[in-house]
Amino acid sequence: MQTEKAFLKVQNLGKSYKSDGPPVFAGIDFEIHRGEFVCIIGHSGCGKTTILNVLAGLEEATEGVAVMLDKHISGPSLDRGVVFQGHALMPWMTVLNNVCFAVKSKYPDWPKAKIAEHAQKYLSMVGLVNAENKKPSELSGGMKQRVGIARAFAIEPKMLLLDEPFGALDALTRGVIQDELLKICSETHQTVFMITHDVDEAILLSDKIMLMSNGPNARIAEIVVNTLPKNRQRATMHHDPLYYPMRNHLVDFLVNRSKDLQAKSASGVLDGHKPVIVRPGIDTPLSQ
Amino acid sequence: MKKASLRLKATVLSLLVLFFLLLIWQIETLPKSAPKPVGAATSSEYADLMSAGGGESTQKSGFPTPTQLGQTIYKQLSNPLYDNGPNDKGIGIQLAYSLARVGLGFLLATLVAVPFGFLIGMSPLAYQTFNPFIQILKPISPLAWMPIALYTIKDSSISGIFVIFICSLWPMLLNTAFGVANVRKELLNVAKTLEVSPLRKAFLVILPAAAPTILTGMRISMGIAWLVIVAAEMLVGGTGVGYFLWNEWNNLSLSSVIFAILLIGVVGMLLDTLIGRIQKAVSYAD
Ligand SMILES: Nc1ncnc2c1ncn2[C@@H]1O[C@H](COP(=O)(O)OP(=O)(O)OP(=O)(O)O)[C@@H](O)[C@H]1O
Ligand SMILES: [Mg+2]
Repeated sequence: MQTEKAFLKVQNLGKSYKSDGPPVFAGIDFEIHRGEFVCIIGHSGCGKTTILNVLAGLEEATEGVAVMLDKHISGPSLDRGVVFQGHALMPWMTVLNNVCFAVKSKYPDWPKAKIAEHAQKYLSMVGLVNAENKKPSELSGGMKQRVGIARAFAIEPKMLLLDEPFGALDALTRGVIQDELLKICSETHQTVFMITHDVDEAILLSDKIMLMSNGPNARIAEIVVNTLPKNRQRATMHHDPLYYPMRNHLVDFLVNRSKDLQAKSASGVLDGHKPVIVRPGIDTPLSQ
Repeated sequence: MKKASLRLKATVLSLLVLFFLLLIWQIETLPKSAPKPVGAATSSEYADLMSAGGGESTQKSGFPTPTQLGQTIYKQLSNPLYDNGPNDKGIGIQLAYSLARVGLGFLLATLVAVPFGFLIGMSPLAYQTFNPFIQILKPISPLAWMPIALYTIKDSSISGIFVIFICSLWPMLLNTAFGVANVRKELLNVAKTLEVSPLRKAFLVILPAAAPTILTGMRISMGIAWLVIVAAEMLVGGTGVGYFLWNEWNNLSLSSVIFAILLIGVVGMLLDTLIGRIQKAVSYAD
């Protein structure tokens, strides 16, 4: 089947900023399939943003390759939409023009009216039609973030890269936007790579959660398959019998196992290590 | 409401201050009514000469009263465009000469400084290469260029424009370079991921992002240019408000000198307000 072929393949990816010191991360291997929503969790500074930047083509890896649809990622591309951590809207443009700017970049030949209409479609998707003539400075943090999401979606990229898109939001707004994102992604079968620090967010949104050990020399230690049913919802998912095994597994990694792994990787035990695939609550974790 | 009343208060106070200044001035310049022995006045011509020469102990202060100034202002403004040959032109004509020189020199400086500042701001190599030259040329008083300009250009009017050009150049150049170099990396990354063409990036991302900083440079440049044009015109003569001022000093018409001073101040303020408006239009909240 065509869909089983990896959409994005990362092989032996490594990055070091200094030639003498240890790399920030090394030997990163993973695959993302078409339509999959993948989250990556790890402690601050382990290199998540760096990996995302490499996937976006904004930064070069020192080792290994990232391949999307059989093409090496060697620079930024309209095929990959990025939602930046700090929303990164052009402050002098209105909300609508921010999105139009992106649409015009993707479809330079479209007439103005069509561009605006297309942009408005995505703004209404994130519930911002009424704010389209406002400047970013007049928006709340959550609204800005939603403009960023609309902008990334509006170029209809083959893949979305999200860097802690909800990091700065309060719990309530965060929930609302998470629901929106979930809805949009399941409607459009969008392939997503997302960084988060929030375990519940990862459980709600992702099909697969990659756990990254602490740096330097960070690795993808485990790939956790989300065992909760696909139609899970924020309000009810914690009643699912698989929710707590899942959550405990993730939290336990962040609290305990990531440190052990760092010690191991420092002594070189992890060289050539392949990530363990885990289904919490279904099979017992293979490594503790 | 509160804001409005604050402004009202300030306006009233400003007018009061102005009134008292004028009052003090009027009192100080009144002809001394308690006369010194009049018999000693051998000739009124002599006294006039003394007072014109700035002698303070004479009967009549040579310094014009506000009323005299008012008359001069009225006379000058009621016929600003007359032209009675090289040494006697209406203030409107003189002002137009000065403004044209400043405008032209400033425009030329903008045409050079903004693109060049862009280059320097975009490329660290270009910045490092040109920085020593800029740092040495920047602190030179624009008037110091005058002899060289006069020697090479051989035209006092164009030399004036050149001096304006030189003095406007540096603030605009440095501010443009600074603004361009400090565009938020995030925004540039957005442009990169959208595969925006270099030209579109320059005009739609970098230029608007740096515009407030560039306009700040322009505002500084315009301020300096207006300071310099007066001095330059005093130096080379011919036309312009600076020349007018110097000429009136030579005519010993102090009230015309004061009129010119006030005019220079008002026009300078208007120029600054104009650029301030543009600056406000291109600045953005972030
Ligand atoms: N330009 C740089 N020069 C040198 N070191 C860098 C640079 N950028 C990042 N690093 C280092 O690389 C490591 C990974 O950074 P990265 O931003 O990818 O972390 P992160 O996992 O995204 O952290 P966080 O969760 O806090 O965002 C950090 O230890 C950081 O010190
Ligand atoms: Mg990060």
